[in-house]
Amino acid sequence: MISRPPLQFKDRLFYALVAAGGLVVLMGLYAAHMMEEHGHIITGMNNQIVWGTPHVFAIFLIITASGVLNVSSIGSVFNKPAYKTRAPLAGLLSIAMLAGGLTVLMLDLGRPDRIIVAATHYNPTSVFAWNILLYSGMFAAVVVYLWTMMEQRMNSWSRPAGFLVFIWRFILTTGTGVIFSFLVARQAYGTAILPPMFIVISFAWGMAVFHVVQSAIYAWNNKILDEYVQKRMRNLMGVFVIAALYFVATYHLTNMYFARQTEFERFILITGGVYPLLFWVGYVLIGNLLPLLLIYHPAFGKTRSVLVASLLIIFGGFSLLYVFIIGGQAFPLSIFPGFEASSSFGDGAIGLYNPSIPEIFLGFGGVGISFLITAIGIRVLDFVPHEKPKSP
Amino acid sequence: MNSIDTRRRGFLKTSLGAAAVAIAPGMLLFDMAHGKSEAVSSKVRWGMLIDTANCADGCNDCVTACNKENGLAGGSSSGGLSPTDSQWIRKVELKDMRGGRTLSLPMMCQHCENPPCVDVCPTGASFKRADGIVLVDKHLCIGCRYCMMACPYKARSFVHEPLHDQKPDVPRGKGTVESCTMCVHRVDSGQQPACAEACPNKSILFGNLNDPDSEISKKIRTVASIQVRADLGLNTGIRYQGI
Repeated sequence: MISRPPLQFKDRLFYALVAAGGLVVLMGLYAAHMMEEHGHIITGMNNQIVWGTPHVFAIFLIITASGVLNVSSIGSVFNKPAYKTRAPLAGLLSIAMLAGGLTVLMLDLGRPDRIIVAATHYNPTSVFAWNILLYSGMFAAVVVYLWTMMEQRMNSWSRPAGFLVFIWRFILTTGTGVIFSFLVARQAYGTAILPPMFIVISFAWGMAVFHVVQSAIYAWNNKILDEYVQKRMRNLMGVFVIAALYFVATYHLTNMYFARQTEFERFILITGGVYPLLFWVGYVLIGNLLPLLLIYHPAFGKTRSVLVASLLIIFGGFSLLYVFIIGGQAFPLSIFPGFEASSSFGDGAIGLYNPSIPEIFLGFGGVGISFLITAIGIRVLDFVPHEKPKSP
Repeated sequence: MNSIDTRRRGFLKTSLGAAAVAIAPGMLLFDMAHGKSEAVSSKVRWGMLIDTANCADGCNDCVTACNKENGLAGGSSSGGLSPTDSQWIRKVELKDMRGGRTLSLPMMCQHCENPPCVDVCPTGASFKRADGIVLVDKHLCIGCRYCMMACPYKARSFVHEPLHDQKPDVPRGKGTVESCTMCVHRVDSGQQPACAEACPNKSILFGNLNDPDSEISKKIRTVASIQVRADLGLNTGIRYQGI
């Protein structure tokens, strides 16, 4: 049996993968061009569902970009060698996903040509404006961190740089959660639990993405992941998944306790059609229960199970964000509490939303950008984890 | 020596005269175009008091007038508004869930004193004038729609399609957010907003909330009026009577 395909074949496969990634990116850019040309009329978004599929992709990528850095933090800040050797890869993934997510967010603007306005006019009370600084600062901090790790003369600085990144990503994910926390009148949002929830969720999703990429790299290089490292990382991911589920459950349970919120909870968890379906089947079952079974059941827990669990967690992440972002807007605003309202502008009615092809292309274009940066980065620089002969 | 001086003086006089003749009409036109150069002042706070008891069920005159004044397509006879169409003012039909009482009222930007849309806008495109009118600067809006997420009154619309036949007084733009301007272009020239003028029952009373002698202030002192979602503490410029 040939276990190692010839080098030439791998070379070709690499270029084919890069070409495929490039094609996805091009499709995303074309979709953005169409959206600018025709306006958002060609998307499923409207005056009630103002943020749609592009935001689901963008927020997934941004949250995960922060969470994947957990791997480096455990290495640099908490000094665990098994994670330390993986820190550069985590840094690369973070930059890649941040770039993908921000590109999607930017290209979905009504006037993406005015990005320079966003860079030169700051409204100090706007959390969006803060995030512009947080995201660009994150890029810079991670680049410096990578430099201190990969340039031997700078190695002694990698711990403080790692600490900076550690703090920065907490603030960044807090900032992302706060975007929703500050929406006082929307029943799905406007609660202080969102920033910590986003942080814990980011740990789980970041770990899942890291597992997928690490598995791919190891398979590509015919390496086998050390069983001890595998077990530790798998268990950590399991803990994060449980913690994230706990936060999501707390969010819904507190809502259910408030009489003014029960209608909203009934909608999102029972009567809302696609939203409860995605929540229970997509997020709870596929995104949590199945992965936990694959991680902790003694019959599973091997390389392939962990890979499948990670993919399911990622799917669950998209499901949760779809329910949170789009389902949260679909539920009508309570403008006149105590009254049944109706109007030509969707007052009192559930908002309708069907994602359109251009939006979906734009979202996948962002994933394509993350893929390209990761694939090319690993090819040209040394990001592959080097296991020490003996793991502590 | 002397003759040179005279010539120089003559030249200066002629050129000054010519310059004055060239610039004066421009200055005059500039003044005419800009009208009063007086700045908007916070001594004024524009507001409205809407009497829902007089607002007729099925009457849409304020909406039609707004669409016409501001060049919004919603006024077309074909009807059938889509969820992507801009609506700066809309009629909302309400039914009390306990008693079953029904009422009808116009809903638009409430021109809050503490507007959430202004707080969240990343570029400062959403802003409040000194006289309390909340507007969007169409040159600064990047179309992120965060203000639409933040508005408790669903008052804002996003321009989803290219625009044609815009009104010169009412700038709009594809890919930007817009909402009721309280007909700022009319107010600045001493007129009333189009909806207030069009209401057949005079249910929309427009005026200066800061002037104790204005009709609106006097009425607010004598009748019970509310702010919609007063619990949010936004201190709206639009007040309702009879809800």
